[in-house]
Formats: sequence, C-alpha cells, structure tokens
Amino acid sequence: MENEKHHIVPYRLYIFVLIALLALTFLSIAITGIELGSLTVAGALAFASVKTFLVLRYFMHLKYDKPYIVAMVIFVFAIFVVTIVVTFLDYLYR
Amino acid sequence: MNSTSVANEANYLKYKGKYKGLLGWIFSTDHKRIGLLYLYSMAIMFSVGVLLGLAMKLELLAPGKTIMEAQTYNATFTVHGVIMIFMVVVPGLPAVFGNFLLPIMIGAKDVAFPKLNLLSWWFYVAGVFLVLSAILFGSGTPDTGWTFYAPYSFKSGTNLLPAIFGAFILGFSSILTGLNFLVTIHRLRCPGLKWTKLPLFVWTLYGTAWIQLLATPVVGITLVLVALERIFGVGVFDPALGGDPILYQHLFWIYSHPAVYIMILPAMGAISEIIPTFSQKHIFGYKAIIASTMAIAFVGYLVWGHHMFTAGMSGTAQYYFSLLTFLVAIPSAIKVFNWISTMYKGSINIQTPFYWAVSFIFVFMIGGLSGLVLGALAANIYVHDTAFVVAHFHYIVFGGTGFAFFAAIHYWFPKIFGRMYDKTWANTGWLIFFIGFVTLYSPMFYLGMMGMPRRYYDYLQEFHGGNILSTIGSWILVTGFVIIIVNLVRSASKGPKAEMNPWHGKTLEWTVPSPPPLENFDEIPVIEENDGPYNYK
Repeated sequence: MENEKHHIVPYRLYIFVLIALLALTFLSIAITGIELGSLTVAGALAFASVKTFLVLRYFMHLKYDKPYIVAMVIFVFAIFVVTIVVTFLDYLYR
Repeated sequence: MNSTSVANEANYLKYKGKYKGLLGWIFSTDHKRIGLLYLYSMAIMFSVGVLLGLAMKLELLAPGKTIMEAQTYNATFTVHGVIMIFMVVVPGLPAVFGNFLLPIMIGAKDVAFPKLNLLSWWFYVAGVFLVLSAILFGSGTPDTGWTFYAPYSFKSGTNLLPAIFGAFILGFSSILTGLNFLVTIHRLRCPGLKWTKLPLFVWTLYGTAWIQLLATPVVGITLVLVALERIFGVGVFDPALGGDPILYQHLFWIYSHPAVYIMILPAMGAISEIIPTFSQKHIFGYKAIIASTMAIAFVGYLVWGHHMFTAGMSGTAQYYFSLLTFLVAIPSAIKVFNWISTMYKGSINIQTPFYWAVSFIFVFMIGGLSGLVLGALAANIYVHDTAFVVAHFHYIVFGGTGFAFFAAIHYWFPKIFGRMYDKTWANTGWLIFFIGFVTLYSPMFYLGMMGMPRRYYDYLQEFHGGNILSTIGSWILVTGFVIIIVNLVRSASKGPKAEMNPWHGKTLEWTVPSPPPLENFDEIPVIEENDGPYNYK
C-alpha cells in the first residue's frame, strides 16, 4: 500500500464540482415545474445520474483509482439496473 | 505451504490484553475472538429456535389444539423464523468460521478493519435484544411470519416495530462483515497468494460478501418503509392508499432470495475444504467450483420472483423467474459433481467431519431437486404454501447450512480450541441427528403434496400419521443435537490436546499452532509457485 501513488486534487476542482452539483440540484427541482408528462421522472433521474457520476469520479476518487475498482462500481450499477428492469417485467405486463 | 514457528507466543484464548475476563472478549478486536463471540451468541439463539421448533412439532402431534392456541402458534413460527434466519443462518458460517479463518487462510494477521469487525458483533447483539424485546414486551408477540408480508405487517396489532428495527440492525452487522471481508481478501493476501491459489472457502466468502453488501440494504430500506407505513400510513404498500403489496414482496425477496445464497455459499465452501482433506486428493475442478460460486452469487440475484408465483405477478415475469430458477440449479449441480469426483479414487479417511460432509451432499441434493419442483410454474401453484415448501426449505437451509456448519465445527474444532473431541460420541451424535432430520422433514414432502397447508396449527385427520412421524423425528433430532453439543462443550476444555494438523490439511490454518497465536503468524508466509491449497501427493 505504501508504494501506491497519492493524488493531490486542487481545491479549485472540488469547488467546480460542488457548483456543478448545486446547479444540477436546482435544475432537477426546476424540471418538475415544466409539464413533460412521463419524461419528468426520466429528466430528474438523468440529472441525478450525472450528479452520481460526478461524486463517484471526483469526490470518491474513482478517476484516480485502479481500473478494477472502476469495474466493480460499474458491476454494482449493472446489477442495480438489471434488478429494476426485471421488476418492471412484472409491472409493465401485469 | 510454508509453516511458521510461533509456539512460544501466547495463544489467542490465553492472551491478556487491556481488559480481563469477559471484557477482554467483548472488547477484543482479534478476529478469532470475534468469531467465537458469534459462535456462542448464535449457539444460544439456535437453541432457542430449536426449542420453538420443537414446540411447533408438539402442537402438530394431533389435530386441533394440543399444547397452544392458534395465535400462540402464529407467534411461535414467526419468532422461530426470525431467530433462525436473521440470527443464525444469515450470519452463519461467515460470522463464525469466516471471522476465525479468513485472515489465517490468506496469511494475514487480522481482517482489514478489526474495529469495524467488533462493531459488527455489537450490532448483532443489539439486533438480537431488539427482537427479543418485541417478544417480551408490548402488545403481543409478532405473528406475521418471518417475511413480514404487507399488508398484514402494518395492520397486525402485535409489537412488530422492535422486531423490524432489530432485523434492520442485524442487516448492518451483515453489511459491515461483508465489506470487511471484501477489503481483506483484496488487500491482505500474503505474497504469492494469487486469486487462483485461494482456498475455496475464501472464494465462497468473497461471493457471499458481495451479496451481503449489495442485497442487504434493500431489505433494510423495505423494513423502514413498513415501519413508516405502520406509524404514518405513507401508503407505499397499502392498497387502500394506492400502494402495492406485491411491491413489498418484490423488495423483500430481492434481498431474501440472495440471502439463501448468503447462507449456502459459505456452507459449500466449507464442504469444498473438508472433502479434499478427507480424500487426501486435489479438489476436482478447482476453477469450475470458483466459476460456479460466482455464477450462483450473480444468478441468485435474479430469481427472487419464484417466491411470488401465486401473488398476482404478470405472466411474463413468471416465465422469466421460472427459467432463471432452473438455470441457477446448474452451478449448484457442478459443485456436487466436483465433490463426488474429488472422492473418486481418493484415500478416504472416514472421520466425523466427512460424515457430515457426505450427509450434507445427500440432503442438499434432495433439497435442491425439490426446489426444481417449486421452480416449475404449474407444480408450484399446486404445492405453494404447503408443507412441501417447509420440507424443501429445511432440507436446503437446515440440511445445507446446518449440516455444513456441524461439518465445519467438527473439522476446525481442534484448530479453534486446541483440543480434540470424543470421536465415538461425535459419530453417534451425527447418526442420531441425521436419522432425526430425515424423519422430521421427509413426511412433510408427502403431507404438502397431499395438500396440507403450512402455518396452520390444525389439520385434517388424514394428515395425522405423517405429522406423528414428523414429530417423533423432531425428538430424535434434538437427542442427536444434545449429544453433539455436550460432547463439543466438554471437549473444548477437557478433550485431549490436538495436534497442529490432525487431518493433514494443506491450507494455511494448518501451518499455525492449535489454538493459533494472537496475530496468527510470526512472519507473513510466502506462497511459492508450486504451493497450493489442495496439493496432495
């Protein structure tokens, strides 16, 4: 472990990410005021996904981690997505 | 593999740290002591669960009321289920043998986060007390069954909230243990111990840890939603408020079906250690067993709906879940074929752990094949919620995890306590237990096929014979259980001293003294290119 590289991330980058997260939060609230029908939820989820990506990549240092750690996170999300899809095999065809 | 010389160091049982006596145990961060804390806690809860099961079988000795009212029976099977599932078989082998052996098997001094490991046990104890408080205090013992199905779980007038919160806290214990094991296996393997040289028990702990980490939060949140439903009437599951009770079943089984694999995978891992040792032969199909372990862990996520075939799910979902259920049987069968092939032409050394291991294969196969009956859509509708399901479940979970647990305790007992048990009594206990098990649960297959529903305290006269046989089986089983426990408890302090490697095993735990020293190894072992966990000549 001692031999691994440690990255020093400038504060400026963290502040940019924080601003992006706040802006996306306001956008996900604002979208509920627009009549988009069933796309409203899809829009809010899209903003939430971008925010998740930013948090994982910068705040949780995935950008600087080894590829297998990234692979693990992708695997977990794949399981999550598959679980949702399988659940909807019931709801969409009931 | 390399041996170590640590004979002069105090062993973990005698080591005196900052605290003495009981405090030296309950505040110890040593993985071996934490493993034993789980063993003792789970043994107490298992005994309580056995007594409740015994009471249920006594009630079913004759039609009508025998020793308890219907409401008491409902509470008894609920508490029996909650204790046995959440406090015994889910923590099960990982909490006891995983904690004790994982670091030693990978050549490490402890798990990656020892303090978090101790916290896991404290969460376990807190969860146990919360569930017990639901039984002892408030407006009646919970009567929903261990599945807490909606909408009854938020309409029942019994004291359900502490039980739900207890199960939630027990989930935290499971998640933290899984996280700890994942990091430990990734980060603390000794030099030369590649993934393809890991003992199979470690591989199964790895697969299990992923399930613990990913599936347990789902049931945690689901139970919180039930609590919110009871307190505030939020309407997620309540059809009267626009909610969907089937959603509860989806969420519950998204965790609870993978939880079956939390229970059974480490059991398979223990059997995969025992059979090569007592056959003195390299395990057959090492990589196939690893692949099947990970396949079970993955496919096991995607078959939860087979618990809900009669709940009102869509036909499309039913076909999907039935197909996937048949697929998950394949990796389990691969393991069985590999174990049997390992024994073929081996130098079989028939000892108590081997008896448990081969009887595990026998009962696990019956449990697994009866699972295929339940996985088939048409047959499922016929036997759903009958005694057939109870028989299948107990053949898999008690016959699988339970038999593997007894196999594991008899296999690693000399390592854990540094003493050997009385083999004659151990074999006698196994034989009586096995006969009792088969007598107890086999009649339930027949009773279920004849239409006897589960969770009823009464039944028709035509089911009387099968129930008498089953109840007698429960008495035989408990006799065997008492013999086993008395023999082990007595031997832990008074048995003859055990050798370092009494079974001639090849994994790293057999290279350290019995019982192991505090930090396991004087020097971290190095695994050479030609070393391996099953390299028998």
